[in-house]
Amino acid sequence: MDFAFAEEQRAIAEVVSSLLTDQCTGADLRRLMDSGQTHDAARWNALMELGLSGILVPEDKGGLGLSETDFVLVARACGHAALPEPLVEQAGVVIPLLAALDHPRAEEWLQKALAGEAVIALAHPVNPFVCGAENADALLLVQDGQLHLVARNQVQMDTHASIDPFRRLSTVTATLTAETVVAEASVCAPLLAQTLERATVFAAAQCLGLAERSVELAVAYANERTQFGKPIGTYQAVKHLLATAQVKIEFARPVIYAAAAEIGANNALSRARASHAKLAAVEAASLAARTSIQVHGAMGYSWEVDVHFLLKRGLALGGSWGDETFHRARVLACALSSPAADSGFAFTASKDTLAHAA
Amino acid sequence: MQLSFTPEQDAFRLEVRQWLQNHVPQTRLPSFDTEAGFALHREWERTLAKGNFGMVTWPKDYGGRGLNLIEWLIFEEEYYRAGAPGRVNQNGIFLLGPTLMEFGTDAQKARFLPAMASGDEIWAQAWSEPQAGSDLAAVATTAVRDGDHYVLNGHKIWSSRAVFADWAFVLVRTEAGSQRHKGLSLVLMDLKIEGVTVNPIPQIDGEAGFAEIFLENARVPVANRLGDEGQGWHVCMATAGFERGLMLRSPARYQEAARKLSALYLEHQDRLDPAIGRDVAQAWMNAQAYALSIYSTACRLQAGGSIGAEASCNKIFWSEMDIALHQTALAILGPYAELAEPMANNHDWLGGYLFSLAGPIYAGSNEIQRNIIAERVLGMPRG
Repeated sequence: MDFAFAEEQRAIAEVVSSLLTDQCTGADLRRLMDSGQTHDAARWNALMELGLSGILVPEDKGGLGLSETDFVLVARACGHAALPEPLVEQAGVVIPLLAALDHPRAEEWLQKALAGEAVIALAHPVNPFVCGAENADALLLVQDGQLHLVARNQVQMDTHASIDPFRRLSTVTATLTAETVVAEASVCAPLLAQTLERATVFAAAQCLGLAERSVELAVAYANERTQFGKPIGTYQAVKHLLATAQVKIEFARPVIYAAAAEIGANNALSRARASHAKLAAVEAASLAARTSIQVHGAMGYSWEVDVHFLLKRGLALGGSWGDETFHRARVLACALSSPAADSGFAFTASKDTLAHAA
Repeated sequence: MQLSFTPEQDAFRLEVRQWLQNHVPQTRLPSFDTEAGFALHREWERTLAKGNFGMVTWPKDYGGRGLNLIEWLIFEEEYYRAGAPGRVNQNGIFLLGPTLMEFGTDAQKARFLPAMASGDEIWAQAWSEPQAGSDLAAVATTAVRDGDHYVLNGHKIWSSRAVFADWAFVLVRTEAGSQRHKGLSLVLMDLKIEGVTVNPIPQIDGEAGFAEIFLENARVPVANRLGDEGQGWHVCMATAGFERGLMLRSPARYQEAARKLSALYLEHQDRLDPAIGRDVAQAWMNAQAYALSIYSTACRLQAGGSIGAEASCNKIFWSEMDIALHQTALAILGPYAELAEPMANNHDWLGGYLFSLAGPIYAGSNEIQRNIIAERVLGMPRG
């Protein structure tokens, strides 16, 4: 039993985090928002140069061959910065799916994606919209259970604005044929299921980062802003709001990390864990953002401070990759599955132990 | 990150499971806050001690098993899974025992630890006073030196288990005229000596779970002072760290409660608003989150880390989770919830609910804990 991250795992996240501290400040986000764009090409190139696009891709496919535990802190760092570009979606979700496909066209696009030369968007059946389809070079679409891969110029899309200035949501249609298929239904279903688990856990990790950032901004403001002759952070009413948000964060964090570590188990408990991670993280991000707005007072309700970026990203991620209803149902199913047995514990003993005891 | 047990840990789990199967009383014991229940729980402590399952986290030198924290968590999971009785000895195991090991003299350890481990001497905590609750440094009980004794005068209150306990660890002011945190000492006092009057205080559930203690010229040997004279506050804060941190509330307790809640929900599901399922799922998640957090902390401590102000987050989380979980159970029970005694073989959800209401108060109120989080975790200014 060891809950700690390895030094290298922390180091990878630290590299991303320090790049984003430099290149993804509140001022950078504002500049991008004012430009009407959702992505910044220079920052995306800098991120791609870190060589993380293949972090979850096996080495024989040209990746780093690492695991979800190696990426979860990176996703948290991206959330913390409210990063507009799709590092998490590409490196954590779409590229591992591409790498799992056994098809020459998938291989071709995989190599482009790994090289940072292409962005591929996924129309996963759990999401009614495709986020970032406009900026994608190719799209993965599901029809009749089969997975298709088509170039951007072969699809039509109807695109909506999101409350998050850096997300655009599209419904995509295309003429799909036998030639566009990259995975048959029997192969596609388990891959899409696996992809959903990864996307769920990494959305949760981003929400953890959002929540932490919201509290950091509020604490900094409360310690500085003076009313009635002293910093508002000295008042218990303000302290208790932030302490309550911090408790939510503290009890989302280990769930997210465990969910990342257990994803490979692919059983009812690991799926409930992923759902739990997302529910807890979304709730923490939401409460922390609302609390941060409250602590900032009227400033918090303006675009003057960065909190609104965090609020909006949390709202967007809350409904993506399985909404609250979807994930609560998965948790309840697990909680009710076998209440008479050993399902109550966080970790299971080996089957031999339990069989012996029975 | 490696979230699985070793074969040795699995083997230990099995050993605990089998021992408990053979020894846990078949019928539920009466509450340990009744005279008969207290005696039966003391007997259970003796049974545990004989099997060397009493003080599992204590070092072997003091009669324990020297379990590490992960093994302790496994033990607790099996303990609650088996439905074993509550620990009347809790103050000794988790609070005074570790404090004695850290601050006690060799003679004190030899005198008190074995009797604590065997269940022969059950301990109460006597810190709070009518005017010193959250503001513990306002303690006014005096201890005046008279030869090789202290003479104690004062009024202690909210002492859990004190009605039937044998000994108490008492926070007193040994320096006349001293203020606040200075001049305090901790003494170990026999509750049966002359000058000590223990009055039961009925708790919200009607049982005498705590007491007030009147001290009128009660004579306690100076040799029973724990730590140096004037070091009482320091010793107490070490004890409070044990209390708020890992040891007082093991995750298995809530996981077992969440498991029972799932079973209760399934039993009544046909007549329930499906929305209650949401609360059942939330209870399961809360219990899991708490367990994962404690496992995570245990790993950190075993790797040489320390537990600090974040223990205050634990205290808020478990106390609020406990209330929510029991509220959900009462919602499921509906018209049956108000029955003062549970129906045959049913879990005592009502008793659990009432007890859960004490959670945000004892071991440092949740308001105090939120101040600690704000000031020491988040770095906000003191008021």
